[in-house]
Amino acid sequence: MRARAHVGPGRREARAWSGERGAAGMGEFKVHRVRFFNYVPSGIRCVAYNNQSNRLAVSRTDGTVEIYNLSANYFQEKFFPGHESRATEALCWTEGQRLFSAGLNGEIVEYDLQALNVKYAMDAFGGPIWSMTASPSGSQLLVGCEDGSVKLFQITPDKIQFERNFDRQKSRILSLSWHPSGTHIAAGSIDYISVFDVKSGSAIHKMIVDRQYMGVSKRKCIVWGVAFLSDGTVISVDSAGKVQFWDSATGTLVKSHPIANADVLSIAVADQEDSFVVGTAEGTVFHFQLVSVTSNSSEKQWVRTKPFQHHTHDVRTVAHSPTALISGGTDTHLVIRPLMEKVEVKNYDAALRKITFPHRCLISCSKKRQLLLFQFAHHLELWRLGSTVATGKNGDILPLSKNADHLLHLKTKGPENIICSCISSCGSWIAYSTASRFFLYRLNYEHDNISLKRVSKMPAFLRSALQILFSEDSKKLFVASNQGSLHVIQLLEGSFKHLHAFQPQSGTVEAMCLLAVSPDGNWLAASGTSAGVHVYNVKQLKLHCTVPAYNFPVTALAIAPNTNNLVIAHSDQQVFEYSIPDKQYTEWSRAVQKQGFHHLWLQRDTPITHIGFHSKRPMHILLHDAYMFCIIDKSLPLPNDKTLLYNPLPPTSESDVVRRRTAHAFKISKIYKPLLFMELLDEGTLVAVERPLDDIIAQLPPPIKKKKFGT
Amino acid sequence: MAALEDEFTLSSGVLSAGPDGLLGVEQSNKTDQFLVTDRGRTVVLYKVSDQKPLGSWSVKQGQLITCSAVCNFQTGEYVVVHDNKVLRIWNNEDVNLDKVFKATLSAEVHKIHSVRGTEPVLLFKEGAVRGLEALLAEPQQEIEAVLSDGEVIRWTKLFMVFRHPVLIFITEKHGNYFVYVHMVNSHTLSKYTLLRGQEEKSVIQSFTASVDRKFISVMSLSSDGCVYETLIPVYPTDPEENQRVVSSLLLRAVVSGSAPSGVALTVLDRDHVAVLGSPLSASKECLSVWNIKFQTLQTSKELPQGTSGQLWYYGENLLMLHGQSLTVIPYKCEVSSLAGALGKLKHSHDPGIQVMPPFVNWEASQGDGLGSQHAEQPRRILRRRKIEVSSQPAVPPSKQLLTTIMKDSEKHIEMELRKFLAVKTPDFHAIVGDLVTGLLGRCQVEPSFCPRNCLVQLIQTHVLSYSLCPGLMEMAVKKTDVQLLQLCLQRFPDIPESVTCACLKIFLSIGDDSLHQAEIDMESVFDYGDSVQGDNVAAPVDVLQNGFSPEGDTCLSCCQEVPAKPQDAAAATPTCPVTPQRAALLNAILHSGYSEAFLLPHLKDIPAQHITLFLKYLYFLYLKCSENATMTLPGIHPPTLNQILDWICLLLDANFTVVVMIPEAKRLLISLYKFVKSQISVYSELNKIEVSFRELQKLNQEKNNRGLYSIEVLELF
Repeated sequence: MRARAHVGPGRREARAWSGERGAAGMGEFKVHRVRFFNYVPSGIRCVAYNNQSNRLAVSRTDGTVEIYNLSANYFQEKFFPGHESRATEALCWTEGQRLFSAGLNGEIVEYDLQALNVKYAMDAFGGPIWSMTASPSGSQLLVGCEDGSVKLFQITPDKIQFERNFDRQKSRILSLSWHPSGTHIAAGSIDYISVFDVKSGSAIHKMIVDRQYMGVSKRKCIVWGVAFLSDGTVISVDSAGKVQFWDSATGTLVKSHPIANADVLSIAVADQEDSFVVGTAEGTVFHFQLVSVTSNSSEKQWVRTKPFQHHTHDVRTVAHSPTALISGGTDTHLVIRPLMEKVEVKNYDAALRKITFPHRCLISCSKKRQLLLFQFAHHLELWRLGSTVATGKNGDILPLSKNADHLLHLKTKGPENIICSCISSCGSWIAYSTASRFFLYRLNYEHDNISLKRVSKMPAFLRSALQILFSEDSKKLFVASNQGSLHVIQLLEGSFKHLHAFQPQSGTVEAMCLLAVSPDGNWLAASGTSAGVHVYNVKQLKLHCTVPAYNFPVTALAIAPNTNNLVIAHSDQQVFEYSIPDKQYTEWSRAVQKQGFHHLWLQRDTPITHIGFHSKRPMHILLHDAYMFCIIDKSLPLPNDKTLLYNPLPPTSESDVVRRRTAHAFKISKIYKPLLFMELLDEGTLVAVERPLDDIIAQLPPPIKKKKFGT
Repeated sequence: MAALEDEFTLSSGVLSAGPDGLLGVEQSNKTDQFLVTDRGRTVVLYKVSDQKPLGSWSVKQGQLITCSAVCNFQTGEYVVVHDNKVLRIWNNEDVNLDKVFKATLSAEVHKIHSVRGTEPVLLFKEGAVRGLEALLAEPQQEIEAVLSDGEVIRWTKLFMVFRHPVLIFITEKHGNYFVYVHMVNSHTLSKYTLLRGQEEKSVIQSFTASVDRKFISVMSLSSDGCVYETLIPVYPTDPEENQRVVSSLLLRAVVSGSAPSGVALTVLDRDHVAVLGSPLSASKECLSVWNIKFQTLQTSKELPQGTSGQLWYYGENLLMLHGQSLTVIPYKCEVSSLAGALGKLKHSHDPGIQVMPPFVNWEASQGDGLGSQHAEQPRRILRRRKIEVSSQPAVPPSKQLLTTIMKDSEKHIEMELRKFLAVKTPDFHAIVGDLVTGLLGRCQVEPSFCPRNCLVQLIQTHVLSYSLCPGLMEMAVKKTDVQLLQLCLQRFPDIPESVTCACLKIFLSIGDDSLHQAEIDMESVFDYGDSVQGDNVAAPVDVLQNGFSPEGDTCLSCCQEVPAKPQDAAAATPTCPVTPQRAALLNAILHSGYSEAFLLPHLKDIPAQHITLFLKYLYFLYLKCSENATMTLPGIHPPTLNQILDWICLLLDANFTVVVMIPEAKRLLISLYKFVKSQISVYSELNKIEVSFRELQKLNQEKNNRGLYSIEVLELF
């Protein structure tokens, strides 16, 4: 009876234990489910892929430029705020990974990728700029202007310098492409393509594009894109829906592929010149490949191989990385479609990525007054959450005793987009910043009236902030400026006092973009885009320690109450817990790293954008990305790869044995999506801000209508 | 495509398999380990990938294991019952079954079930069900009798439905079958009487079942050799009442009912079942995989040493007793096309020819793409292929074959070709093309040389295309070899429009008597006989299916001009205007791809009476199509509605001026005109209501939308 004795009491004990656990479990939450955040991302205008750093620059129609690190799980690691007049039409990388854009205001802009601001803007004096391209060596820039001029600029180490004009054309230059040897360029205009000799600057060929398409004559044929291949072939895409191949030596049309009934808007060629991709106004992306005419013959031919329909609207821009096709357009999605034959390992990286929402937080909340502050491109909205007295069981919608109120609509002055914003925990301070100005407001609540007063005379060094944070007691304000310094400001009734500025380590100018302050106000953690996380002692105003560096960028930071553990989420979906007082990783974090995260956790494709805590739940960490939120209960065992990480069904009548066996630390819910913000308001109340994709689509212009019935 | 891989045996020495076979094979908690229980005293744990036993346990002499050992997935322990009532629990470290935990129960156990995600469940002979833990807490507890006297459990299985264990067992009493569904957690039992239709007289020989969200689908193999399916709801509407369920025929005559050692059936996945038994045609026993969706035989394997009529399926392995040894046949079902699933039956008589995928991988055809495909296949096959390659002579067989083609007799070429096709080489596409070119070259030199069988074989490899051997179809057109032309039309993806049109001309003009002699693939032609006889009574079925009747349209001006009496329409109703042979050939034309701009000029060359004939046939097909709601034709590979309509348009576009002058085509044109007019009104109606549809959709969305703000309750578990 050995086995029996072993089994019996053990089981009974376990049952009693699991009963206790059930009582002390996660329990019920009241969730404020918010869908009135009326955020619409801007359409994508251009993308530019940089092969050396494996980074992708994306510009949007509001002038925002975003940098995605394709090696770091497609994380959006940097962004430059938009500007009303700076409509970007072209974007390109040059030697030394410098990024330039040009737009309809006629200016060429260079971005400072370290300090995250505009380095300089330079007028090209040719009217609106429609196209720009860097020379194959990366040392020269070519822009095509409204007045028909093509201008060559020399890139100097700290600026660009105008060199000369090419022969002036009759109409605007919409597209440009450089021959890989650098001796010739092709320029697409309205109704024709010109081939220039770079040395002399004169046009050697003019190739007239047919306006007709399927028997219908359009008024004009706009050459939206050209690509110059090393064998002298010029590929053009135009508004008549054609992809055409031209021989630049003779100036003749070699082949024409009619592929769409609408405009073909963009083209990108792979570096090996064995494949290229075009995007159409119908939302289709076509892949063309150079394949042998017959087996084992050296004669090759361009063949349209694969169509992809990942967009509903115009595909304004495409890029071709060695392993993927990248496309973006009016429907605001950035789509990265890996080429399966180029992917060596068929892991999760080979999956299609569709990036719609920014990888940063646009929402802040005041826990005490239950306020939400929404950040839009040119205004802020302040909302008060409603309330209910009812209770219910899982899944119930409770009757509202008070609905949510729109309290405030704060419009910015000037053409610049808002970079960041924050509301204090008590709800009486709001701060936001644009690229050149910093604003601080004091709010007074009298019954239902709110009065707003701007705190004037901000100091000169507070011109622009990348991140703003109030301390929990609303007495201090922390500002990360783009020069790499962190300012600590004491807030008084209606005024402020500058306490200290933590200067960046000597030699670095890297901007800090994430901040976290401990609830007791003693510790401040700050992280830049690449270097590690620094922790400062706010009382003694000195650097306390630096968290060991990690390969992947930080996506979210927070400091837990009581324990002062710093929780860091990285773009590769790893989460670390670092004890600030002990200056080392906590035992729990070591245990997690030792066992490794569940494979499904690591396969999520959006980064964690916010981490939250509540002081009455010391063992719990709230994290969320765009498609799920998770409360980690550190007291429970970690899941291994065999356990079910996420179970959408509530447990019903399972025996305690099963429940005990399956209970693990990661409590995940995917009810709210796409999820832009989630926070614990108090112990049993959550606020979730959703932005359904349908609501975004409803605000986009209608796509090209395709008849459903009949032909 | 479902496929059975090479079989391998687990060592046979340890087991004492009697004539009745084994007691059971059950899964262990490691994926490729199985617990095998024989009818005597032994339980053996096998590791399939190593093909060897890991452990073996026996009960004492004089004791007898009465139900197969299972693994408790929650604890990793093994559970077995011997002498009907004695329960034993042990684990891998235990050596002697006599010394492990023992519990004596108060009633006889029929079977223990264990599946992942729940504790083992015991089914008693009297029909009672207990969970293992509840039973262990009080082994001597009273076990109630559920079944009536004389009722015997025939088959039983445990499922997890939404993480709840559900036990189903089937009993028999006096030739009547009853199905019991027992929800283990809630202890609800529902009983169903299995009503059997025309197969009343036959005896059910094997059961299997699968479960989806709401229904358990029980399949049974009867002694008449057919598979029947019965759907049983998981959640009964009224558990108290004795309900009836009806079985329906799923597959007809898969095995002969009178197999010596019995037959077995098991569900592989949603669309496939495996059947063990002797097929009707052969006497040897055979394991066959059937697609129940298309009712086609996917693959089969002969088992010459005979089986015990038992079959188990776990993971990807089919286990059975073949001769004296336990045999494992891995089963794979890769995603495949409908065409592939349908095609296997046709080719099963010709195993030498392997079907190549019809699509072209652009990357692969550029370089040595086949090499990379090899790498993805299991290692075992790779090794075999390497041996094949190394054993090849220094002169490539393709070169040898080419010289054979140039010199030898037809018979010899045919034999050599068959040998060559049996082995697949990396640049298969190119070599097959070279072979055809070689054959055609010799044809031109020697007019008497006609290697027709060789050509047919080569075409059926599916790798040829028009551009690989442009001379082939030209030759067939010259010789008016309709069979070869049909084959080419079916297989080649890239036939130029001029050649398609030349084929069409031949198909329309060739005499009926010469058609009768040709062996034509009639797959795409359904039986026109019924319709010819039936149409005298059947009312003219027009485009009523679309919700619109041209007769009802009063503004249809032509109706007044033409006497639109029902009898008149009846006269025009479907009698197939061409013989089935010709219909099959024309269907091949309809299936082939074309580009309008290139086809139209060639169509103009066809004589007017042939055009009228073809139009009549197309119109007949259209009328046939509109007889059913899905607008499809019966048959295996019929022309689609779109193909029919496109061709009608093409013919009229090309020849309208000619056709309109022919008196006999007038009636046809009028009916086509009416048809087009009615279609236009249907589509314009649809386009009109599209907006309303969209509004309805919006309304529907708003209903689902919970508004902009709500407070909800969420429980995290």
